[in-house]
Amino acid sequence: MLTLEKRPQPSRLWTYLTPVVAVILTMLAGAVLFAFLGKDPVQSIRTIFWEPLFSEFAFYYRPQLLVKGAPLVLIAIGLSLGFRAGIWNIGAEGQYIIGAICGAGVGLAFYPMEAWFIFPLMVLAGALGGWAWAMIPALLKVRFGTNEILVSLMLVYVAEQLLASMSLGLLKNPEGFGFPGSRNLQQYPSAHNAELIAGSGMHWGVVSALVAVILAYILLNRHMLGFHIRLTGEAPRAARFAGVNPARLILFCLGTAGALAGLAGLFEVSGPSGQVSIDFNVGYGFTAIIVAFLGRLHPIGILLAGGLMALTYIGGEIAQSKLGLPAAAIQVFQGMLLFFLLAVDVTTNYRIRRVTREVA
Amino acid sequence: MDFGSINPILLLASLMVAATPLLLAAIGELVVERAGVLNLGVEGMMITGAICGFAIAVNTGSPIVGLVAAAAGGAALSLLFAVLTQFALANQVASGLSLTLFGLGLSALLGQGYQGIKPPPFPRVDIPLLSDIPVLGPILFRHDIVVYFGLALVAAVWWVLKNTRAGLILRAVGENHDAAHALGYKVVRIRILAIMFGGACAGLGGAYISLIRVPQWTEGMTAGIGWIALALVVFASWKPWRVMLGAYLFGGITVLQLNLQAAGVAIPVEYLAMSPYLITILVLVIMSADKSRAPAALGRSFHASQ
Amino acid sequence: MKFTKLLATAAIALGLAGTAMAQDKTKVGFVYVGPVGDGGWTYEHNQGRLAVEEHFGDAVETVFVESVPEGPDAERVMTQMALDGASLIFTTSFGYMDPTINVAKKFPDVKFEHATGYKRADNVSTYSARFYEGRAIQGHIAGKMTESNIVGYIGSYPIPEVIRGINSAFIHARKANPDVQFKIVWAYTWFDPAKEADAAKVLIEQGADVILQHTDSTAPQAAAQSAGNVITFGQASDMSEYAPRPRVSSIIDNWAPYYIARTQAVIDGTWESTDTWDGIGPGMVGIGEITDAVPEDVKAEALALKDAIANGEYHPFTGPLNKQDGSAWLADGETADDGTLLGMNFYVEGIEGDIPQ
Repeated sequence: MLTLEKRPQPSRLWTYLTPVVAVILTMLAGAVLFAFLGKDPVQSIRTIFWEPLFSEFAFYYRPQLLVKGAPLVLIAIGLSLGFRAGIWNIGAEGQYIIGAICGAGVGLAFYPMEAWFIFPLMVLAGALGGWAWAMIPALLKVRFGTNEILVSLMLVYVAEQLLASMSLGLLKNPEGFGFPGSRNLQQYPSAHNAELIAGSGMHWGVVSALVAVILAYILLNRHMLGFHIRLTGEAPRAARFAGVNPARLILFCLGTAGALAGLAGLFEVSGPSGQVSIDFNVGYGFTAIIVAFLGRLHPIGILLAGGLMALTYIGGEIAQSKLGLPAAAIQVFQGMLLFFLLAVDVTTNYRIRRVTREVA
Repeated sequence: MDFGSINPILLLASLMVAATPLLLAAIGELVVERAGVLNLGVEGMMITGAICGFAIAVNTGSPIVGLVAAAAGGAALSLLFAVLTQFALANQVASGLSLTLFGLGLSALLGQGYQGIKPPPFPRVDIPLLSDIPVLGPILFRHDIVVYFGLALVAAVWWVLKNTRAGLILRAVGENHDAAHALGYKVVRIRILAIMFGGACAGLGGAYISLIRVPQWTEGMTAGIGWIALALVVFASWKPWRVMLGAYLFGGITVLQLNLQAAGVAIPVEYLAMSPYLITILVLVIMSADKSRAPAALGRSFHASQ
Repeated sequence: MKFTKLLATAAIALGLAGTAMAQDKTKVGFVYVGPVGDGGWTYEHNQGRLAVEEHFGDAVETVFVESVPEGPDAERVMTQMALDGASLIFTTSFGYMDPTINVAKKFPDVKFEHATGYKRADNVSTYSARFYEGRAIQGHIAGKMTESNIVGYIGSYPIPEVIRGINSAFIHARKANPDVQFKIVWAYTWFDPAKEADAAKVLIEQGADVILQHTDSTAPQAAAQSAGNVITFGQASDMSEYAPRPRVSSIIDNWAPYYIARTQAVIDGTWESTDTWDGIGPGMVGIGEITDAVPEDVKAEALALKDAIANGEYHPFTGPLNKQDGSAWLADGETADDGTLLGMNFYVEGIEGDIPQ
C-alpha cells in the first residue's frame, strides 16, 4: 500500500520538477482527448504550446501573452500574500470590477478635458476602489470574526450587479445610441492606458505586474512584515508570540490584494478593454486564484504560472480557429492542466512510500 | 402599477419550483462543508449532472433513470475533487475552481448533439385529496416528485446530522479532524463519502433544470446557480432547515422581481438582484455573535502523519 | 514610438503577404460571442457559416472561434484570423464594434463585417436585420389570438433593438385588437434558460396567454407548453420543435444569403464598405411557418402583412403615431427614419410602464 510521508523540508528537486511533469501529463491526456475528438493530437498540442511562442506570427502573440497574463499576475501576487498568511480572499473578481468602475468613472468625469493628471488620478481611484471593496470583508473579519472567504465571494455578485447598473445607467455612453456600455477610453487620450511601445504589449498594467512581483519578492524575503505573513501562515501560535498583530495583518493582506485587483481592473478598462460594459469581467479574479496556487504562492512562480495560463488561452484560441477544436475542449484541457499541477504538487511536500499494512 | 395581477398562490407555487435546484445543490454542499471540506466546484458538478441526466433520459426515454444518472455523473466528477484534495492534499479552493472550469467544458463536449431535443416529459404528481385543499393545495401538493424529494432530503440530512452516530462522526470530522482521527475515525473515507454525496445532490439539482424546469439542454444552462448554492450554505449557517428557508428567499427574489416587473412596478432590478448577497453578508455578521459558526476545519487539508 | 509602430505594422503586413500568397482558397473567419450550441443567436450565425461552406465548396475555407468575450480577447482572435490569412471576417456581436475597428486599422487589406454596430471604415461594413418587421407580424397574430387581452413580453436588456421590437409588436397588436395590453419583463440577460422560464411563468400567471420573447432560449416555449393555453413565437431560430403549439410562428435570423453574397464579393474583388439593414424582403428576416393553431383568416392577414412589408408597400412604423407621453411622433402617413429607429429609446403611446434607466 502507498502512503504519504511528510518531508521535513519541501523537496527542491520536486519543486522544479512538478510543473514539468504536470505539463507532460496534461499533454498526454490532452492528446488522447483531441484524438478522441478526431483531431491530430500532436498538431493540437503543438498549436497550443508552440504556435504562440515560436510560429511565424509569434511577434504578435508574444506581446499578447503579456496583455493576457498581466492582470492574472497582478491579482495573483496580491492574493498570494493573504493566502500565505491563511487569509482567503476569493473575491478578487469583485475588487477587479470595482477598481475598473471607480477608475473609469473618474476618467469619464473629466471627459472631454485633456490633462496629464487624469490618468494618474484614475490609477489612484482604481486602486482605492479595489482596496475599499476588499476592506469590507477585512473589517468584518477583524470586527466580527466573519469568514472572509464567504463575504468576499458574496461581494463578487454584488459587484457584478453594480457593473450592469453602471453600464446601463450612470456610465452609459451618451453618444452610444442607447446601447449599454461607457465611452471608449481608448479614444480619450488622457485616460487611455496605451501601449508604452507600440506592438510590444507593454502597458502600465504589465509594468505594474512586474513591479508587484519584485516588491512582493522583497517583502517576503527581506522585510519583517513578509516574515510575519509567512510565520502566521506556517505557525499561527508562534506568530502571536512573536508579536504579530493579526488584525493589522488581515487589513494589510486583504487591502493589498484589493488594491492590486482594482489596479488590474483599471488598467484593463482603460487599456485593452477600453470600456465599462456588462460583460467587462471575464473571470480574471477567479483564474488568478488558480494562478497563485500554480505558482506556489511564490512571486516568481506566479509570474511563470500567469504566463502558462495566458499561453493556454492564446494557444487554445489558435487551436480553435486553425483546427476547429471546440472551445469546450480547450476548457477541459485547461481543467486537466490544473488538476495535474495540483495533483503532482503533493510530491513537493510529501514522499510517497510503499508500506506493508500494519494492524491498527 | 397593478399589484392585483400578482396571484400569491401561484407565486408561492412557482417559488417552490424555482427553489428546488438551489435546495438540492445547497443541501449537498452543506454536508460536504459540515465534513470540513469546501468544494467550490458546485457549478461544474451541476452542469455535468444536467447533461448526464438529459442525455440518459433522452436515450432511455425515462426521466427517472435520467435523474439517477445525473446524480451518478455529479458524484463521479466530485470524485476527481476528492482524489485531489484527500489523497494529493491539494488546496481545496483551487481544486474546486478547477473542477468548475473542467465541468463546464466537459458538459459542453458531452452535450454536442443534444441541442434542440425535447426530453421525455416528467410526470407531475397531484397528491390526491391534499391537492384539492384550497390555497395550500396548489402551493404545496401539485408538484413533481423531485420537489418533494428535495424537501425530504433536507429533513433526512437534518435528522442524520442531529440524531445519528453517523451525523455525529461527520460533524466531528468537520470540527477537528485530528481529534476525530485520534478517536479512530477514518477521516479521509468519511470526507470522500461526503464529497460524493455533495456531487450527487448537485448533479440532481442540475438535472432538475435540464429535465423539468426548463426543460432542454444548452451549454452553460445552469448560469451561475451553483455559485448561489454556495452562498446559500453560508446564509443558512450550515443548518439544513435554514438552507430551505434560504433557497426560498434566493429563488423567491428572482420570481418576485419578475412578478413586480410584470405588474408594472418600476423597480431597480440590479439592486434587487444583489440583495440576497447583501442579506447573506448581514447574516454572516449577525451569526458571528451566535454560537453557530463555520465548521472549524473547513477548507483545511488533513494528513494523518501530522 | 513612430518608428517602432511602423516596424510592427510592416511586420504584420509582411506576415500577411506571406500567407496570402501561400494559399489559393478564400478564407472567411467568424467570431462568435456564444457557443455554437446556444440554439439561438450564435447558432444561426453558424448556420450562415455552414451555408457559405456548402455554397462555395472547396473555393472557400471558413474558420470560427466561439464564446469570445467582448474586449481584448475579441481583438486578439480577429488579429489572429487576419494573420492566418482570412480575407473576410464576420464579427457577430454588438460588443465587438470597437475591437473590429481597431483590428481593421491594422489590416487594411482584410475586409470586416460587423453585426448590429454603427461604426464603419473603408474595410469595415456593418449589417443587421430589421427584426421589427417580423415583430409586426407577431404583434398582429398576438392581438388576434389573445383572449385575456394580455400579451407578455420578455425583454433582454432595455436597448434600442429590443425597444423597437416591443413598439412594433404593440402597434400591430393594438391595430388588431384595441383592448390588448402588454406586460413587459426585463430578464437582464440574453440567455439564461432558468430565468427565462421563470419570466414566462410569471407572465402566464399574471394572465398573459401570448408570450413574445427577445431572449434566445426555448425555455419560455416549454413553460408555455406546460401551461397549456398559451401561444409563443420562436426567436432567432425557428424553434419548430414546439410547433404547432405553443409556437405558432417565428422570426428566424437568416444570415446565409448575406454571408454568401459578401463572400462572393470578396472573391470577385467587388467588396465595398456598406451599411446593410435588411428585413423580410431580402430574406434576412425569415418568418417561420404559421401553424394551424392560428385561424385561417388571421393567418391570411398575417401573410398579407408580411408581403406588404416585404415588397415595401408598408412600413411597420407608419404614422399617425404618438410617443408614450402623448407627444406626436409621426404624422399621418409619415414613416420613421432609420436614425430614430436605431436609437429608439421611447415607448409608443398605449404601452404602460417605464423603460428602466
